[in-house]
Parts: sequence; structure tokens; C-alpha cells
Amino acid sequence: MEQVDSVQDTDTALGQAQLPQTLEARNPGVPLDMDWVMRARANRSAIERRAATLPGRRSVKKDHQAAWMARAISCMDLTTLAGDDTEGRVRRLCAKALQPVRADLLAALELGGLTTGAVCVYHDMIGTAVDALQGSGLPVAAVSTGFPAGLSPMHLRLMEIEESVKAGAEEIDIVISRRRVLTGDWQGLYDEMRAYREACGPAHVKAILATGELGTLQNVARASLVCMMAGSDFIKTSTGKESVNATLPVSLVMIRAIRDYHQRTGFRVGYKPAGGISKAKDAVSYLALIKEELGDRWLRPDLFRFGASSLLGDIERQLEHHVTGAYSAGWRHAMA
Amino acid sequence: MGVKEIFESMEYGPAPEAAGDALAWITDQGARFGCFIDGAFTKPGEMFETRNPANGEVLAEITQASAADVAAAVKAARAAQPGWAKLGGKGRARALYALARLLQKHSRLFAVLETLDNGKPIRESRDIDIPLAQRHFYHHAGMAQLMETELPDAEALGVCGQIIPWNFPLLMLAWKVAPALAMGNTVVLKPAEWTSLAALCFADICRQAGLPGGVVNIVTGDGAVGEQIVGSEVDKIAFTGSTEVGRRIRTATAGRGIPLTLELGGKSPYIVFEDADLDSAVEGLVDAIWFNGGQVCCAGSRLLVQEGVSGLFHDKLRARMDKLRIGDPLDKSIDVGAIVSPEQRARIAALVEGSRGEIHRAAAPVPEGCFYPPTLIAGLSPADALMQDEIFGPVLVSTTFRTPSEAVEIANDTRYGLAASVWSENINTALDVAPKLAAGVVWVNGTNMFDAAAPFGGVRESGFGREGGWEGLLAYSKPRGKRGKPVQPIAAFQGKEAEPQAVDRTAKLYIGGKQARPDGGYARNVYDKRGGLIGQAPIANRKDIRNAVEAAQGAKAWAGASAHNRAQVLYYIAENLAARADAFAASVDRLTGGKTGAKEVEASVDRLFTAAAWADKFDGRVAQAPMRGLAVALREPCGVIGAFCPDEMPLLGLVSVMAPAIALGNRVVLVASEPFPLVATDFYQVLDTSDVPGGVVNILTGRHAELAPTLAQHMDVEAVWSFSGTDLAAEIERGAAGNLKRSWVDTKSRNWLAESDMRPFLEAASEVKSVWVPYGA
Repeated sequence: MEQVDSVQDTDTALGQAQLPQTLEARNPGVPLDMDWVMRARANRSAIERRAATLPGRRSVKKDHQAAWMARAISCMDLTTLAGDDTEGRVRRLCAKALQPVRADLLAALELGGLTTGAVCVYHDMIGTAVDALQGSGLPVAAVSTGFPAGLSPMHLRLMEIEESVKAGAEEIDIVISRRRVLTGDWQGLYDEMRAYREACGPAHVKAILATGELGTLQNVARASLVCMMAGSDFIKTSTGKESVNATLPVSLVMIRAIRDYHQRTGFRVGYKPAGGISKAKDAVSYLALIKEELGDRWLRPDLFRFGASSLLGDIERQLEHHVTGAYSAGWRHAMA
Repeated sequence: MGVKEIFESMEYGPAPEAAGDALAWITDQGARFGCFIDGAFTKPGEMFETRNPANGEVLAEITQASAADVAAAVKAARAAQPGWAKLGGKGRARALYALARLLQKHSRLFAVLETLDNGKPIRESRDIDIPLAQRHFYHHAGMAQLMETELPDAEALGVCGQIIPWNFPLLMLAWKVAPALAMGNTVVLKPAEWTSLAALCFADICRQAGLPGGVVNIVTGDGAVGEQIVGSEVDKIAFTGSTEVGRRIRTATAGRGIPLTLELGGKSPYIVFEDADLDSAVEGLVDAIWFNGGQVCCAGSRLLVQEGVSGLFHDKLRARMDKLRIGDPLDKSIDVGAIVSPEQRARIAALVEGSRGEIHRAAAPVPEGCFYPPTLIAGLSPADALMQDEIFGPVLVSTTFRTPSEAVEIANDTRYGLAASVWSENINTALDVAPKLAAGVVWVNGTNMFDAAAPFGGVRESGFGREGGWEGLLAYSKPRGKRGKPVQPIAAFQGKEAEPQAVDRTAKLYIGGKQARPDGGYARNVYDKRGGLIGQAPIANRKDIRNAVEAAQGAKAWAGASAHNRAQVLYYIAENLAARADAFAASVDRLTGGKTGAKEVEASVDRLFTAAAWADKFDGRVAQAPMRGLAVALREPCGVIGAFCPDEMPLLGLVSVMAPAIALGNRVVLVASEPFPLVATDFYQVLDTSDVPGGVVNILTGRHAELAPTLAQHMDVEAVWSFSGTDLAAEIERGAAGNLKRSWVDTKSRNWLAESDMRPFLEAASEVKSVWVPYGA
């Protein structure tokens, strides 16, 4: 397990609270423990029942609702991953990340200075984003490793990571090889993840499991554990390109794996649901799920992110309603 | 605290459900309630206060119904019943549909009232209790619609007295009222004194639905009112509540010949195997024991964890407990509300106080007043009192087991038998264990799942009768048509002289597959019609009963034999009986002094064939519960059935009782015809040559009246039947109260030769077990 040693002390203080594990030790990974992996169980019906009843069990109102929605913004990876992204489009997104909500509304909430957690783009847009976010402390995250399918040649995937880090990305969202999960090649998945982690160097790595393509929740549980054992800083549900993206049941499985990993190793791994979360109410349910199953410590951008593009718009409208008492309209808020 | 602070603290904050509309409804009714009799509220009488347990505030004043109120309610129900039945299933379906709709339209009003009155979290009353109550009325509207075509031989019982508990005030009302009304009965219902408001609001709904006066009558008050209902001229008593009160009702109604449904206490096991999804099993416990503060008859209150994962599981459980939120039941983010009354709270506290074991209380602060923290008592053994006694509060007790068979043993080591949960990802383990559990409901990888289509009810001291589904309708209907005349005892023939037999024959008892001399060493002479001595019949006593029951319990393997095999044995009995038809016919004729012996033998052979035919066809079914999974209503044998055979038809009567019972896997202790015992003692020779395993059928001869108390009181007998000419109803039903065994005392004469439908016997010989198997890859 030389790999474990080689990455153990590569953590560098990047200074931003948004970044994973800047407040405490990064997850260095542990040797692959197949006994632990194979013991992971996920009973789909029970998990779905828990997920279905959770929104009815926890409700936040008034100031609490506003605060929770603001917290969701602070944990948001504002994302654009489109083939027609241009420099102008990315600069607009970055501006929105720095001023996610109208200044007068933030002032009314006494939350001036609120930003999103990060901006997430393709490799080619890293430079633009880094430039646009200069001095703000907001990290740029880049999707990598042949995103979204992850089927380009391995050496190119590793090079892509290195190039992105060189270009200034402080967070790398990698995609795992789904086929390794589907064929039960846990050692292969572990080795691949280890290699990605190593290639990231000081940049933090989020492992995208593409849960919509893993077939079963049990596979999700096992893949989550293997990626954490291999040193992921975050585990993330989806690329946003699968037919099913983040769901509460999948989230429950992944955060229970994170909880187990923390209990056994002492390392906190972050969680990022991505894709399909577009309503403020859903965001609150996710935060409640995290609070219930993982605890308050995870309700911070260094351990929790939403991968979302349209969620912000809904939250802005809700916040204006909170401040004024009148229902809002989309055009009253700046677009990204 | 401002938004900025909350942004840091990420606390939930208050999320109260407004109570204004519900309180306004109470005020609109004057906050003083009379009873609901014959379609109208009576003037308030002697009053008592009903309080909100969460804050002790008085919600309203409720009438303590007088004897005259109860009598008026029963009278109104009696007067309304023929018209209600005559309205027909389709007419009643419209009424039940209207009730369901109105419950739905006023769902929030009911939810808030329920929470105000009972103290349960609004989340539960809003998302579980009220929707399930609506579902029950919808489902039974359909049952009424289908009654004439699907149950053409069924008719209403008449007036049903119904007494319900305080833990699910509206839902328990729905479980009782909906099936009763669907089948054409009228009801007199008493809600629990602590929680009358939902029932009174339901009365309001009945008026709005245009239900004819007298169909639903609601009398309020304490246990004294319940006793008056039980003592009234009603045709049925349905009770949900404590085992203690259930036993009193069984005793009080003994001998009256009215059917009972008793849904009583429990100490339901929650079994976690090492291969379970442990996190989901922990979450399941939240719904098992902290649902409604554990004040649930089927609460999973006894945790059994496989030893190897016990430490890890308990760690996870304690961590989960510390996340539970306790407080104002009207708050939408509260998991555990108030205990229903200070008396109950004190009871729970005292029980926990007296227990050994490692006690863990949930970390959340417990508000002042009638609240009790979720509590775990780990490290107990079956020998500890709290592993046996129902606490009826948010207190979980736990122990460990080593193997699946040990899990079953510990799970079944209880007086109760209501529900059970089994958690395992291995389908072999789960489906092997589920049928072995002594429980009326088993949830695989789940807990506290209910639906109107799936029967619910218990075994052992958790009571009997089912609620929900087709099986539940049996409790509210009876076969159409005239019943026979009251059965009369037949006196044995008398004689004087003893004629020497060519070779003396010694009839014995038949116990455990062997001929046995009676313990007492006494026999009586049996004479023919002309006074000629036929022989001697042994006189069994209580010890012979003891031995026979022990032999029957020892023959458990019979229940596990395949239905095909049981059928083969029954056919073989028929074959061997037919081979000796002439001898049996002659014997019957001589004993009874009649001429129908040959017919009786022929009918006996036929009855054995019918039972053999049914053995592999009396199926369960898959209930259409709204979930992805199977809700299976299994048919299981009762166990050991003690039966007093009819005086008349000494061979056919015995065979008619025995055959359906053993066809389904029961073992029987048969007490032969008292006046004509000697054909039964010939019959065991047929059994001996027919591959009937020892102990499956045990035959005693003797005096019914003497043997009835012993058999009825025997704690290891699951059911007792009587078709005797001796009136044993009171004796048997009183005795059955001990372990709350099922009893079936038929006091009306039957035409045994013409019996065509075996189904009533098969129903009585089986228990329905609902096994819920949610699935998902």
C-alpha cells in the first residue's frame, strides 16, 4: 500500500473554507478492505421508505427556511457543462457565483458576501473561470477523466487531470469506470481511483459514481466505500448526463457509507448530489437528510455541495418572497 | 435568532401546525359533547374533561354515558339494522364511499384533532392515521358493493358493540366501523375516554353523509360504559385494547353465543440477522418502537440481534436515538410526541425504573409534562420481566441470539403473538423464519405496515379475529339462513345384566398413537337400545387430557408435512374405513339403536375425501396492498385443537370434526360422543393402519362436562370446539379466557349427513398470518 503513504501528506493549505478538508486532514485513503466492501447492504425498499418520509418528518419555516436556502447556495457548485459553453457564458456564470442573490435581498437577510461554493466547468473553461474568480477565494472545479463516460485511454484521463490542475482547477470531478462496478472488479476500481487521486496532487478529488448506471443500491454502497478507501475527498452521485441523477434514496446510501467510513477511519469525506435538484424545497430536504444522517458538521461547503444549475433561480425567488411577503418572478433576478 | 445566526447553527426551528380550525370545530359544538344516538347528539349528561396531553389544557367536556344512553344506543342500532341490511350492498357502498370522501375532505381537521387529543406527532396523524382510515372506508365501500355477488351466503350479524383504544382513535374506529357497516350491521361504538374527539367528529361526518339514524351510534365514557355495551343485547363484540380487559370480556360473554373479535396486547419481536442492511434496520426500529411513542399494540418492542453484529448494531441504534426530536406534537419536525396521559407516563417510568440492563435514553431534551424519552434497555435475557411484559411506551428492550432457530425460539418465548419483524438480505433466512414466528403479522425488512386489504390480528394472548381484507369480513357476517334447533343431549342407553362376550374386548383411550388405559382406572358399561351390554368405555380424566395434549404438541411435524402428504393420509383413512364399512355400520346401529349406520359410514368416507381434497386447496392469497412487494395472507393451522364430538352420529360426527382439522396440519384431541363412545374406540384401529403419525389424532372417551374445564383451560391448547349435546358454552368460553384460545361452541343442531360445505370448519381450523415482503433489487 505504498500509494497510501505517497498521498498521505500532500495536503496543502489552500485557505478557502469551501475546499474540502481544508479545515482538517484530507482523507488519505486506506487499504482496500474487501470484507468491509462485501458486507455493505442496501435494502432498496427500506431506503426508499426512509427517503419518502423524510420530507414529512422535517420542515423548516420562516427565518429558518431562508437561512437553510442560503446555506444551500453556499454549498452550490454552480455548473455549466455544455458543448456550446463560451468564455462569455462562463464569465457570466462566475459573476453569478460571486453575487448569487440580489444585493438588496442579501442585505435584508444580513448575508452580504454570500457566494456559491464553487464553479464547475469543463477543462477548456478553467482558465476563464480562474480569471473571473480571481481574488474571490472561490475554487474552480473541473470535470475530468473523459467526462461523462470515462472511457478514454487511461493515460489520457490521468493527463487530463494533470492538465486541469496545472490550469488552476482546485477541485477535480472524476468519473469512475462503471464497468468495474458492474463486473465486481473492486480491485480495479480501487486502483483506478488511487491513480486519479495521485494525479490530482493538491487538488481535491470528487468521485462521480454515475449511480444511475450502477444498477443497484448495493453497488452504490460498495462503490462509495471503495472510492473512499482509495482516497476520494468527495463522492458524487452523477454526471448530470445519466437518465437518473441524484435522488434521496441514492443519497441515503452514499451518506451512510460516508458515515461508516468516518466511524471506522476518522476521516470525513464530502458528499455531492448532482443533477435533478431544481427546487428550493428539494434542497432543504437534502440538507435535512445530511443533518439527520451525517450531522451538522457536513452542512458546510467543505463537506457538502449541490451540483446544480437551475436550483439557484428557485431559491432566489423564495428568498425574495421571504423578504417581501410577495411571490416573486424569475425576471426579477439576474441570470447566470 | 436571525437568519445570519441560523445560517451558522442550521437548527430546525419551530414548525407548528395551526390548531385554530380544530379548536374552532370544538367550540362550534359547544365544547360539551353528548353521545351520538339515532343520528343526533344527545344533551350532555354527567361530564368529564378531555385534555391535550402535551400541555394539560382542557379541550372539551365529554359525556359519561349512562346505562340509559347505552340502552338507547343499542335500541336505535337494533331498530336501524334491518333497514340498513335491506338497503343492499350497493346502497351501503355509496354511504361508505361518502364517509371516505368526507374523511378525505376534512383530513387536516381530523389530523389536528387527533394530535390535540392523543399527543401523537402531527406527522403521524396527517401522513399515516388519517390516510389509513380513509383507505379503510374506500376498501370496504368496495366490499359492500361486492357483497351480494362475492359473498352470496353471508348476512349481517346484527348490532355490533365496539370498544376501541386511545392509541389510534380514528383508525381503530375505521377498522371497526367500516367492515361492520359494509356487511349490513349497525354499531354502538365507544371510543376510549382519553380520546373521544375523533369519534365525535366522525359522528358529525355521518350526519353530513346522510347516514340513516341509528346505523352508527357513539357512546362516550370510561370502562363502565364498555361493560354496559358488553352486557347489552348485542350480536357481536369487537374490542381492541389490553389483554387484561380482553380476558374480562371473554369471561363476561361466556355462554352467550355471540362472536368476539379481540385485538389485544403484544411484545412483538424485531429480529435482525447479521446479513441485514443494519442502517435500514435501525431506521425500521424508529418506526417500530418510537412510532406513536411506542403506544402501539404491534410495536416492535423486543429487539433480537444476532450476536456477531450486536455491538455495531447497538452503537448505530444509540446514535440514531440521539437524533430523535421530542416535543410539541403539533410541530411538524417532531418524532416523538406526548404520552397519552400522566397515568400512562408514570406507569412507563415505573417499569423502566425497576429494570436491570444497560439503559440508554435519547439525548434530546425532554420537555416538561407528559413526555417520556425514547429508551433502550440492552443486555436483557428472556428471563427479565421487561422481555415478557408489555410496556406500551417508547421503551425498547434487547437481547442477542446465535442462530436462526434460536431467534425463532426466543421470539416465540412469549404469551403474545401479534406481530414480528425479520431483517435479512437473505431470502432463504427471511422466508424460513417468517412462517415459524408465532404472530398474526410478520414484516420482512419492514415494520408497522398496514393496509385495509391485508388482514391484521393476533394469536395467543394477542387475541383472535382478523381486521381487514376478505378475512376480516368473517368477523362481521354469518352464513345466511335458518340455524338448527338448539342441540339436545342424548342419554346413554341403560341396561342391567352383563352378557358374556365370546371374547372380551377392551376399549382403550388412544393417545400418542398408542392405546392407553385411562389414568383413573374406571370404565362405564355401554348398553344397546334393548339394554344389552355392548362393552365398557374407559372414563378419561384430567390427566388423560394432559397426556393427550402433550402427545398432540409432540406431533408438530404434522404441520410441516406437505399438504399432499396429509391428503394421502386422509385418503388412506377413508380407504381403510371403507374396507370395514359393514362392521362399522353394524357397530353404529347397535350403539345408537338406529338404522343409519351404513349411511353414516358412507358419509364419513366422503367427508374424509372432502378434507383430503381441501388439504392442498385451502389457499392463502396475495393482498393488494399499495406497495412494491407481496402482502401474503397465509393459512396456518391453529395447532392443537381440542374438540367435543356430537352426541349423535358417533362415527360421522367424530370424522367431520377430525378430518378438516388434520387436513390443515392441526393435531386434535377428540372427546368421543358421550352416549355412544365405542365406535370411536374401534376407529383408532383404522387410524393405526392408515399411516397417521402418533399424536396427530388422540381420542378420549368420558363425560364431556367433566373434561370440558380441563381442556378449555389447558394453556397448551390453541383452540377448543364443541358440538356436544351437553351445554358446554359457558364452561368452555370461560376456560378459554385463560390463554385466550379460540373457541367454537356450536349449540345448534346440525344435519351431519347432509353437511356439504366444509369451509366453516376449515376457517376455524386455520389462522391467517399476513406476511409482508417488500422487495426491490
